[in-house]
Amino acid sequence: MATAATTIHPPILDRPFGQTLAIYTKEAKFEFLTRLRLRVFSLSTVGFPVMFYILFGLVLNGKEAAVNGTHFATYLIATFGTFGVMGASLFGTAAGLATERGLGWLQVKRASPMPPFAYFVAKVLMSMIFSAVVVLSLFALGVTLGGVHLTAMQTMKLLGILVLGSLPFCAMGLAIGYFAGPTSAAPIIQLFYLPLSVCSGLWVPLMLLPKVLRDFAHFLPPYHLAQLALGVVGAGQQESAWSHWRVLIGFTLICLGVARFGFQRDEGKTYG
Amino acid sequence: MLATMPQIEERRVALSHPPRTVVAQLKGVSKTFGEIQALRNLDFSVRAGELLALLGPNGAGKTTAVKLFLGLARPSAGTVDVLGGNPVHAEVRTRIGAMLQVAKVPETLKVCEHIDLFSSYYPRPLPQAETLAIAGLQEIKDRPFGELSGGQKQRVLFALALCGDPDILFLDEPTVGMDVEARRLLWDQIRKLVERGKTVLLTTHYLEEADALADRVTVINRGEIIAEGTPSEVKAKTCGRRIRCVSSLHIETIRAFPGVAEIKKDRDSYEIRVVEAEPVLRELLLRDSFVRGIEVVSAGLEEAFLALTQNGNGNSQPQTSGRQ
Repeated sequence: MATAATTIHPPILDRPFGQTLAIYTKEAKFEFLTRLRLRVFSLSTVGFPVMFYILFGLVLNGKEAAVNGTHFATYLIATFGTFGVMGASLFGTAAGLATERGLGWLQVKRASPMPPFAYFVAKVLMSMIFSAVVVLSLFALGVTLGGVHLTAMQTMKLLGILVLGSLPFCAMGLAIGYFAGPTSAAPIIQLFYLPLSVCSGLWVPLMLLPKVLRDFAHFLPPYHLAQLALGVVGAGQQESAWSHWRVLIGFTLICLGVARFGFQRDEGKTYG
Repeated sequence: MLATMPQIEERRVALSHPPRTVVAQLKGVSKTFGEIQALRNLDFSVRAGELLALLGPNGAGKTTAVKLFLGLARPSAGTVDVLGGNPVHAEVRTRIGAMLQVAKVPETLKVCEHIDLFSSYYPRPLPQAETLAIAGLQEIKDRPFGELSGGQKQRVLFALALCGDPDILFLDEPTVGMDVEARRLLWDQIRKLVERGKTVLLTTHYLEEADALADRVTVINRGEIIAEGTPSEVKAKTCGRRIRCVSSLHIETIRAFPGVAEIKKDRDSYEIRVVEAEPVLRELLLRDSFVRGIEVVSAGLEEAFLALTQNGNGNSQPQTSGRQ
């Protein structure tokens, strides 16, 4: 019985583990298919970072160009990789969530016995897959056309860091998705995405930016992810890896807190 | 592959509630959104195996009532009970199907993919072929949702509500925006569900729909119940019949007959609204042996509904009139 006085308990169901796993898998698979077939999403998510990498990393710079002794085409794999991961994660979570929440689809799913987490996990997994596709595309371009040399170890580490680095931005996307409307989500993401990218040194290497911006970058999560990625190819700022992870984990937790507040508000727990 | 008869029988038997027990109810439920009171102290129950129509104009509180039944909102006061439990729990939800008003469904997924996903949420879903057959979607199962017509989209949402083989279905304005043909098709499909022993609560502002489908009708307006009963009872409660006749009797004489609710002179004939036709007719024939041109028509639920909402509340005129 739901009385006004008692709190609503999270829906718990004694489902066999295998079945639960099957639901999560199916949810993620169809979320991926939905987005893959949505050309606006799939083409721009992969296309923009690839296009910018070709332009800045391969066309406009000679093969000899280097930053702090690191080959430019290699340097930009780390920064445009971060840029691509951020885009895939923010758009992958926020845009879908804001639309589905605002236009009633999430409510249909919530009325079903779907485990609520499956919905969010699916969005995060889908974003991570697209992140991996972006990073692998940059690798392929860099190695074939940019004269980039990465050891197998570096390749694995770079891919791992960048795909894992999708998580803070998925959390940010969920937070935005819970507070943006169906039509305002995309402009709001753009509002964060481009300035954050530029100020974190993802487009133009930080040392070419004024000192004010260089200092300011330390407050921005993409800066820390880019530094971790650059560290793999020996072009980082010589700060400890832990200091970067710490910021990213803190940022993830804050965003998840905001998203949770939005979730509870929607569930009628926050404001009755 | 359609279900074999034993399978259907089994499902009927599996209905854990004997016929006509209450399977879902709101007890003393109020729901407020800020200043707006959507439901006021509502007592309302759905019985096993029936098709109950919740009828009311836009903004009457129908969707709010459905959301409470589905555990998507919690009551400001009172209790909600579905199948002996709280609908926010997943174990209750596995026995509920819901069709809600949705502005946008992911358009790039195919019909069969949508059904595949929703079926996986339930412990004992119907085979996909059967879900497709009941909702009449076999021909379009491989089409992306975005390419379907309005009526087809509604049928997919209907399929998602029934694919888990639930005991109760809550259908919120299932035929809204459909053309006549599509609406009749969905009506047939809803009737098939009731024949299978399912309990259905549907909300509608199409009075014809409640009349055509429901075993029982509950009329609500402004968050309150204003009438309940079978469609014919609801009609009877409010000037159930209309008699037309030509008579030499004075209008005031007929108005004084027991059971006459309203009388109007329309050119040379009278139009009399009555609760029951027979006593009034008997009186009429007795007093005026030359009465002619007698016609008796059943007042549509539409009329009943208008009368109810206007009698119940003096200021509930259609909103357009207030603007002039």
